[in-house]
Amino acid sequence: MTQPRNLIKEFNVDEIRKDFPILTRDVYPGVPLIYLDSTASSQKPIQVIETIERFYRHSYANIHRGIYAVAEEATAYYEEARKKIAKFIGANEPNEIIFTRNTTESINLVAQTWGRMFLREGDTIILTEMEHHSNLVPWQMLAAEKGVILRFIPVDESGFLDLEQYKKLLEFKPKLVAFAQMSNVLGTINPAQEIIELAHQVGAITLIDGAQSVPHYPVNVQDLDADFLAFSGHKMCGPSGIGVLYGKRFLLEAMPPYMGGGDMIKRVTLDSFSTNEIPYKFEAGTPAIAEAVGLGAAVDYLTNIGMDAIIAHEHEVGSYALERLVEIPGVKVYGPDYDKKGAVFSFTLEKVHAHDVSQILDHYGIAVRAGHHCAMPLHEKLGIPATTRASFYLYNKKDEVDQLVEGIYKAKEIFS
Amino acid sequence: MDDLYRELIIDRYKTPLFRGELNPHDISFEDDNPLCGDHIRIDLRVDENGRITEAAFSGEGCAISQASADLLIESVIGKSLDEVKQLTKDDVLDLLGIELGPVRLKCALLSLKVLKAGVYGLGEASDDLVE
Repeated sequence: MTQPRNLIKEFNVDEIRKDFPILTRDVYPGVPLIYLDSTASSQKPIQVIETIERFYRHSYANIHRGIYAVAEEATAYYEEARKKIAKFIGANEPNEIIFTRNTTESINLVAQTWGRMFLREGDTIILTEMEHHSNLVPWQMLAAEKGVILRFIPVDESGFLDLEQYKKLLEFKPKLVAFAQMSNVLGTINPAQEIIELAHQVGAITLIDGAQSVPHYPVNVQDLDADFLAFSGHKMCGPSGIGVLYGKRFLLEAMPPYMGGGDMIKRVTLDSFSTNEIPYKFEAGTPAIAEAVGLGAAVDYLTNIGMDAIIAHEHEVGSYALERLVEIPGVKVYGPDYDKKGAVFSFTLEKVHAHDVSQILDHYGIAVRAGHHCAMPLHEKLGIPATTRASFYLYNKKDEVDQLVEGIYKAKEIFS
Repeated sequence: MDDLYRELIIDRYKTPLFRGELNPHDISFEDDNPLCGDHIRIDLRVDENGRITEAAFSGEGCAISQASADLLIESVIGKSLDEVKQLTKDDVLDLLGIELGPVRLKCALLSLKVLKAGVYGLGEASDDLVE
């Protein structure tokens, strides 16, 4: 562990910030941007922006079919990105990486192909009460179609999953256990390894919603023995419009294709088709080529800095943020204590609605999110209409926490 | 921002004049703003000439949505249902006396949407009602 420690020493947030051009802009005259909404989407470093630009300027063509130099070059860049991503999450081989648009599409892909083919009426799927709508609604749609039963691991008052209840739910012999590795509202980091181990003991397949975990933590699918992992490029310094579904080879091979079209076929007649091999079977049509290449650059960027160094920095800024937030009279922060969660803080301010907090913060250039954060059932469980959420990433500084706190005091003053 | 949170809006948010429910009522409708979780219900009592004699709103949400509901209710008491059908986005913005971006506009117009959907007797509220 000496190497990560060295990296941590070298982590310099002011240097990192220079990589993100948007962080130099003013939101209003004389009011610089303080971006605290990376949980919704992260900003992009110049390394990613320039890679995409260079690709479009120099190497762009449609991929896979062209027998000319530029097409071959474009294909090589696209497939190189797949390799980088495979390595980043510890996949056994690049063919287990399917490019999608985002986490949502990755989960829908599994529901509509694996789910439709292998689930029968009365089968159980286990989810959790803290899921983002993207890991809830696709299963509700499947349940409505197939008569599958959805059961939920409860969230306790401190924002943790109730694993004793989970063990009881496993008696229903679920076919699938799908869960967020990190909550986008509470920041809770769920014990993925334990959840997966228990699921496998009863023969269930597992799907990790890694939208919030992959950008911030080292995630290794082989260590976790995950069957599926879904995540988005845009939350991890990559472009929007590109996401990933990891699946174990034997699962992907058994699944029917998702969409029909070009690239996903081996042979087509007027009456029928045979499907291409993985991953192409799931990548019908011209994909988001430059975006995939951009995501490859984002993975390089994060890897060069080091995921350990990134967590260490987020932990430092996040601990400070929590400490300052809970000091403010009238502020209630939801979710576990800091050592069990990521740098995501959803809070309410007494007598001021989340929208008004967010609007007032915007006046000071502070970008936060307000609402139910695509997790309405969780908000219902917590008994609150909406929260304001501030989230932190590798480019955020303690100074920004101070500005956030100052902004919250302003909101209190206006509504006092 | 000082304009957005002018005194009138903060006042009517903190001490609304028309918050409550009317039971029985002649017209009642409720709806949510799915983007932010604002919720508004409006109850009306209407006389035989189709004129609103009493009105109240309930629900929860941001200052803009709640203050706008309170001001809107105040403005429609005594109006005929036909007059209410003619109300537009600009009428609400005039009541609030502020300009709003597209996201907050939805907060401000939720009450008008609910009111008009109720008055028209619709099953579902639509954004077309407040265009």
